[in-house]
Amino acid sequence: MVAPSTPSSAEAPGTPAPGPPPPALADAVRDDASLRRFLHGLPGVDQVGVEGRSAALATRSIKRASKMWAIDTAISMVDLTTLEGADTPGKVRTLAAKARRPDPDQPDVPRVAAVCVYPDVVAAAVDGLAGTGVGVASVATAFPSGRSSLQVKLADTRYAVEAGATEIDMVIDRGAFLTGRYGQVFDEIVQIKHACGDAHLKVILETGELATYDNVRRASWLALLAGGDFVKTSTGKVSPAATLPVTQVMLQAVRDWRDLTGELRGVKPAGGIRTTKDAVKHLVAVHEVAGPEWLTPRLFRFGASSLLNDLLMQRRTQLTGHYSGPDYVTVD
Amino acid sequence: MTDHTVWDYAPAPESRDLANLKPAYRMFVDGEFVEGTGEPLKSINPGTEEVLAEVSTAGPSDVDAAVRAARRAHEGPWGSMRGSERAKYVYRIARLIQERGRELAVLESLDNGKPIRESRDVDVPTAAAHFFYHAGWADKLSHAGFGPDPRPLGVAGQVVPWNFPLLMAAWKIAPALATGNTVVLKPAETTPLSALVLAEIVAQAELPPGVVNVLPGAGDVGAALVGHAGVDKVAFTGSTEVGKLIQGQLAGTRKKLTLELGGKAANVVFDDAPLDQAVEGIVNGIFFNQGHVCCAGSRLLVQESVAEELLEKLRRRVSTLRVGDPLDKNTDVGAINSREQLDKIRELSAAGEAEGAERWTSACALPDRGFYFAPTIFSDVHQSMRIAREEIFGPVLSVLTFRTPDEAVAKANNTPYGLSAGIWTEKGSRILWMAQRMRAGVVWANTFNRFDPSAPFGGYQESGFGREGGRAGLEAYLDV
Amino acid sequence: MSEHRVAVAKTYKLYVGGAFPRSESGRSYPVTDHAGAFLANAAQASRKDARDAVVAARKAFPGWSAATAYNRGQVLYRVAEVLEGRREQFVSEVRAAEGAGADEAGALVDAAIDRWVWYAGWTDKIAAVLGSSNPVAGPYFSFSTPEPTGVVAVLAPQDSSLLGLVSVVAPVIVSGNTAVVVTSEERPLPAITLSEVLATSDLPGGVVNLLTGRTAELAPWLASHADVNALDLTGAPEEARTDLERAAAGTVKRVLRSPVTPEDWTREPGTARLRAHLEMKTVWHPTGV
Repeated sequence: MVAPSTPSSAEAPGTPAPGPPPPALADAVRDDASLRRFLHGLPGVDQVGVEGRSAALATRSIKRASKMWAIDTAISMVDLTTLEGADTPGKVRTLAAKARRPDPDQPDVPRVAAVCVYPDVVAAAVDGLAGTGVGVASVATAFPSGRSSLQVKLADTRYAVEAGATEIDMVIDRGAFLTGRYGQVFDEIVQIKHACGDAHLKVILETGELATYDNVRRASWLALLAGGDFVKTSTGKVSPAATLPVTQVMLQAVRDWRDLTGELRGVKPAGGIRTTKDAVKHLVAVHEVAGPEWLTPRLFRFGASSLLNDLLMQRRTQLTGHYSGPDYVTVD
Repeated sequence: MTDHTVWDYAPAPESRDLANLKPAYRMFVDGEFVEGTGEPLKSINPGTEEVLAEVSTAGPSDVDAAVRAARRAHEGPWGSMRGSERAKYVYRIARLIQERGRELAVLESLDNGKPIRESRDVDVPTAAAHFFYHAGWADKLSHAGFGPDPRPLGVAGQVVPWNFPLLMAAWKIAPALATGNTVVLKPAETTPLSALVLAEIVAQAELPPGVVNVLPGAGDVGAALVGHAGVDKVAFTGSTEVGKLIQGQLAGTRKKLTLELGGKAANVVFDDAPLDQAVEGIVNGIFFNQGHVCCAGSRLLVQESVAEELLEKLRRRVSTLRVGDPLDKNTDVGAINSREQLDKIRELSAAGEAEGAERWTSACALPDRGFYFAPTIFSDVHQSMRIAREEIFGPVLSVLTFRTPDEAVAKANNTPYGLSAGIWTEKGSRILWMAQRMRAGVVWANTFNRFDPSAPFGGYQESGFGREGGRAGLEAYLDV
Repeated sequence: MSEHRVAVAKTYKLYVGGAFPRSESGRSYPVTDHAGAFLANAAQASRKDARDAVVAARKAFPGWSAATAYNRGQVLYRVAEVLEGRREQFVSEVRAAEGAGADEAGALVDAAIDRWVWYAGWTDKIAAVLGSSNPVAGPYFSFSTPEPTGVVAVLAPQDSSLLGLVSVVAPVIVSGNTAVVVTSEERPLPAITLSEVLATSDLPGGVVNLLTGRTAELAPWLASHADVNALDLTGAPEEARTDLERAAAGTVKRVLRSPVTPEDWTREPGTARLRAHLEMKTVWHPTGV
């Protein structure tokens, strides 16, 4: 197995510089057998328990003042996404415009975290976002299935990075994972991470295909061990995509990783989060499961498209006191 | 963007008006709400220490009148009614509880101090479920395995505690009615209101007069009720101390007795447990209903190899529990039911410290008024300490450790109680091995504090005898 | 050569922990037949013998309650087999004790043998008949299963020296309980012979312990003993019943009261006695992947 490179999120201010992994983790990645032992030695996840906890988290209601803050925070965490076969540079430039100024009538609305597109339209996004600080994320590695050779996946990644992507959303080889070839998945992540250079790496687990929470936990740790900056739930092409319990299991993983290593890694639920209510539930989970330090776009993102407009409508409702309508936000 | 101070949960209180609180409540005898001859009591809102209402209480003559009314109803309409008709009355009660669910939930939280989230999601729906479940038995008793025509006992005298006032009343009344008995119920002194609203529901459901009677009052009313010669069956839920007195009091009589008493449940966590869910289960086990639960998982037994890790996770999780206004939907832990109970919890916690256990208490904010106790975890607890042996009945967890499964079983069973137990492990065969050996009437594996009318509930040893719920629970109200 | 042979008189002893000790007190009391003629001296157990019997019963409990139902059933059936083999001895003892005629005594002994057979068949059916799978409203599998209460103190019927005794002892041990039995005070000899049957029937020592002696003297110690889980008052002296129940309340014992009208031991027993010495245990587990 190849050695993981330094996770780039560790460069963020306030994050301790990564030292050598603790002995337990160094052992974990020594070889295939060790990796397997480590992943299968993780505590199990009880489905009913984790879903019950998520249901309880979803009943929290937050203060009005906090709600405004939560909406703005959620907006700033959005990876505004278009991943269609019909995408064009024009469509991407429209999205970029939305990203830099989500609500033309409300200049104080924060910008989104990033725009997320296919590699061949990265250039259009870079163009549209120049100087805004909004990231350009690109899915790579034969997204969404990941069914190609490592060479193709590496080329795909380099192609996106060379075009100016600052973040790469890769998919893991679920086939390899489900047949227990963890070392292969690990090596692939390590090599993609290397190919990313300075770009942040989000590792998409496609939890809908992993089927069990135990697998979600193992895959999360595998991605963290291999140097992924973020663990991400889904491509958005498979149902179920992001669910609160899945996000919760990932949040537990990054929390436990922090306890073990001192490093902060991120989580990105993607797909299926469409309403402000959903987003706030996720933020409650971030706050209570991982902790308040994760309530930042550096460590938590929403992969979404329609969510942004709902957040904007709810934001207007907060400000005006009456309900807003879809004609009052831009459709891009 | 990382200013965490702006992140706060809103007070999201249910409206107190929903409770339709009246200034005065009267006892329910023979189908009428009437003044009792006892000294009226004032029911207190433990969340604020304010008086909620004045409640008339029963004197000895009222107990007699209620038992006679129940007897008349049993020998009259109720005793001769076909099971299929009796069933429909009981179904009506279930439906009316559902219809008046919000009112009952708010009233229960006001009178008891429990969080509205629990009264709304657990107490009230489970109470309705108990009536719904038992209603269906009323015309199927010949299929229950107690012979072709099992007969009711007659008049049931029932005494319930303050921790689940409505739910415990439902646990008692529903099977009694379904099996054809009539009932005289005494709710707890500090929480009489929801039982009296249940009496309203009984009247609303047009049950014949005397089938259900509710007598508020203190222990003396309970003693007079269970001692009354006209009572055929006594069902008591409460402390082991009082349960022993009742069992002694009933010696030499032919009254059938069932007791659901205290507990000191062990919640056993093995090193292969799903730890994050175990933490949730431990929290639910001891902080549900402020720990005022006879089957609370008050003794945490952790395998030494994961004790540190688990305790750290547990403390972090408990720090997120919100203690406060019972009517706030964001409240996790409400008010202690009474000053007396608060004093008892404080006294035992002080004993824990004095005996050398390590105390950790959540730094959560507590309201200025009302009876509150911050969630507390004692580690380095040993079997000999009072906090490991006595029922605290509050949000206080005692943590002990073990090394082997045999040791876990030995420690778990080392108590005169035997109500419930918890097991946390991913290994199926170990769950069953443990479940066989735990001396407890209810064993929760990889979960805790689950209740259902179809699942029998009750204790071993000094946690009482007889079961409530399920087919087995019918036996308590049948002459079999 | 018709010299008269001197009979070997039997010394009647207690049955505790699978052994036959004398009473630690050294006491014995005369037992007469129905007509008042002296039959034998029986050991008069003391409170310390009762205590020892509880210790023996508690020691036997883990093994007996953990034995498979199939195994317990075979042991109980074996008791019937051995009892059948000594049928004539029991007939003569029951005749002497109860004053019954030969046919009546024979019928009582036959019924006692058949009762063991009846209960032997129950061991592996109780759980299915009394237990349940509970259809709870949630993602959990919940089941309830009957388990033995523990150590049961039994005051055996005073009148029915064998059939009554078997009818109260068998339902206790069927489900895995162990028993400390105070036999009929005036008619203990069939019980003592039964102990010899039990000792040779693969029944582990301590599962049944039989004490002969004064019921009124022994019962209070058993009723108040903290390591006794349940109390069967069937043969309790009428004037002592209330006090015994009150004593049992000290540790919340399960009490099976004496019947209002004298029990007809020849009838099919039903499950009431089985249920009296059982605890229902409900187990929950989530269902998930």
